[in-house]
Amino acid sequence: MTQDELKAYLLDKFTSAENTSFDYLICLSGVDYPEYMEVVYHLESVSLRHVMVLKVRTKDRVSPAIDTVSDIWITAKYHEREVYDLLGVLFNNHTDLRRLFLEDGWGFPLRKDYVDEIRIVER
Amino acid sequence: MSEIKEVMFNSDRLATDEYLVNMGPQHPSTHGVLRMLVKLEGEKVLNIQPHIGYIHSGIEKMCEAISYPQIIHLTDRMDYLSAHMNNEAVALCVENALQVEVPERVKYIRTIMDELARLASHQLWWCVMGMDLGALTTFFYGLRDREMILDIFEETCGARLTVNYNLPGGVMFDIHPNFQKRVKDFVTYFRTKLPEYDQLLSGNVIFRERTEGIGHLSLADAIAYGVTGPSGRASGFSNDLRKHQPYSAYPLVKFNEIIDHRCDTLARYEVRMKEMYESLSIIEQLIDNIPEGDYAVKMKSVIKLPEGEFYQRVETARGEFGVYIVSDGKKNPYRVKFRSPGFSNLFALNKMAKGHKIADLVAIMSTLDLVIPDIDR
Repeated sequence: MTQDELKAYLLDKFTSAENTSFDYLICLSGVDYPEYMEVVYHLESVSLRHVMVLKVRTKDRVSPAIDTVSDIWITAKYHEREVYDLLGVLFNNHTDLRRLFLEDGWGFPLRKDYVDEIRIVER
Repeated sequence: MSEIKEVMFNSDRLATDEYLVNMGPQHPSTHGVLRMLVKLEGEKVLNIQPHIGYIHSGIEKMCEAISYPQIIHLTDRMDYLSAHMNNEAVALCVENALQVEVPERVKYIRTIMDELARLASHQLWWCVMGMDLGALTTFFYGLRDREMILDIFEETCGARLTVNYNLPGGVMFDIHPNFQKRVKDFVTYFRTKLPEYDQLLSGNVIFRERTEGIGHLSLADAIAYGVTGPSGRASGFSNDLRKHQPYSAYPLVKFNEIIDHRCDTLARYEVRMKEMYESLSIIEQLIDNIPEGDYAVKMKSVIKLPEGEFYQRVETARGEFGVYIVSDGKKNPYRVKFRSPGFSNLFALNKMAKGHKIADLVAIMSTLDLVIPDIDR
C-alpha cells in the first residue's frame, strides 16, 4: 500500500466509517509550546455525537509545515489561514494560504518569542 | 454620433465583462467592518471573497497576560449581543477545570439571563433583517421591545450591553428585587408582540418573494463549513448544545430544538422566530422557581488552573461558541483560543450567495446574523 492509499484508507475509516464518522470540525487551534508547535483539532460526529481531539506536532520552528485538512473539512481552510496568520504554521497543499487578519510582514503574534512592539500585552 | 447610436442599439457590439465590486467595509448591511470582494456579472453574484481583520483586536494574545476573571471582560467585546453566553463559557470552563460546583441559584440565574440575551439578540436581528430588505418599521418595533430587556439587564447587572455578569464561581451580584416581576411582565408583553412581528413581516408577500428559495445551504455543506446555531439548524443540522451538551439549568427545562429542512433564507428566518417562543417558554419554566441560596461560591482571590487543557462549548444566539484554555499552572493562561460561531458561518456565504442577485446577498447575509467583532476577535 502506498502512502497515498494508506492515507485515503485511514481517512475513509475516520470520516465515514460506521463507528467513527467524524464529519464536523468544531475548532482548529494552534499552540506554540517551548519544544514544538502543535495544531489541535476538535472533532465531532453529527450522527453519533461523540467528540475527539486530535493533535499534530512539529519541531521545526523556522518553517513549521503540516498537511492541510481543508480537503476533508472545508471549514478548515479558514481556520488554517488563521493559524498561519497568528502562528506562522504552513499547511501543505492548502489552496489559499494568505494572511487573514494582519497585513503581510507583521510577524506571528501568538508565538511566544514574538516581540510586542505596540505593547499590546506588556505595559 | 452615428457610431455611438450604433453601439447603443446594436447589442452585439456591446462588450460585457465580469467586474469586481467592494462591498464594505462601511456598507450598512454588513453591520460592522466587513469587506467583501464581490465578483459580478451584471447583477449576478459569481464569487464572494470576504476580507476580515478590520477590527482584529488581538483578544487571544491579550488573554495570555491577564488573569481568568479578567478574561471574562474581554469576551463581552467579541459577540456583544451574546455577552452573557460568552461570559458564561469562560466561567464554566474555569469552574470545570477547578471542579467547582456552583449553587443551584446561579444555574437558574445564568440560564434566564442567557435566554433574555438570546431574545434581545434575535430581536435586534429581526429589526435589521427587515431594514436590510427595505422595511424600516421593523426596526422601531424590535428596538421598542428590546429596550425592556436591556432595562432588566441594567437593573441587575449594572450594564446594558457588555454586562460582565458572570464570574468563575457564580454571578457578580444577586438579582435585583424587581427582577422576577419585570421578567414576567416582559414575557407576558412579548407573547402578545410576537404575533405582531409575524403580521408585519413574516407573511408579507414582498418579504417572502425575497427569501423563499434564496441562499440554499444543504445539510452536507452546513456540516462541512461548520455552520452552527439557527443558520445551521435551518439546514437540518441538529447542533443545539443546550440539548446535546446541556449546561447550567438547561437539563431541567423542557424545550424543542427548532430544526427546519428547507435550507433557505426563509427557513433561517423562521427558525429564529420560533426560537424566540422557546426562549420565552424556558424563562417561564425557571423564573418562579429560582432556588434560595448564594449567588456565588467563594473562590480564591488568585485563580490558578491546574496544568492541562480545557474546552467548553456553549450555545450563543449565533451558534457554537467554544473556549479552549491551555494552562501551565500559572495565574494567567498559556494560550486561549475562542471558537466563534460567526467565523465559521461567514465563510459559507460564498456557497449560499453564488448565482443569486446582489440584493439577495444582503438578505442572505442578514439571516447569517453576523457580528463582526465576533469574527475578528
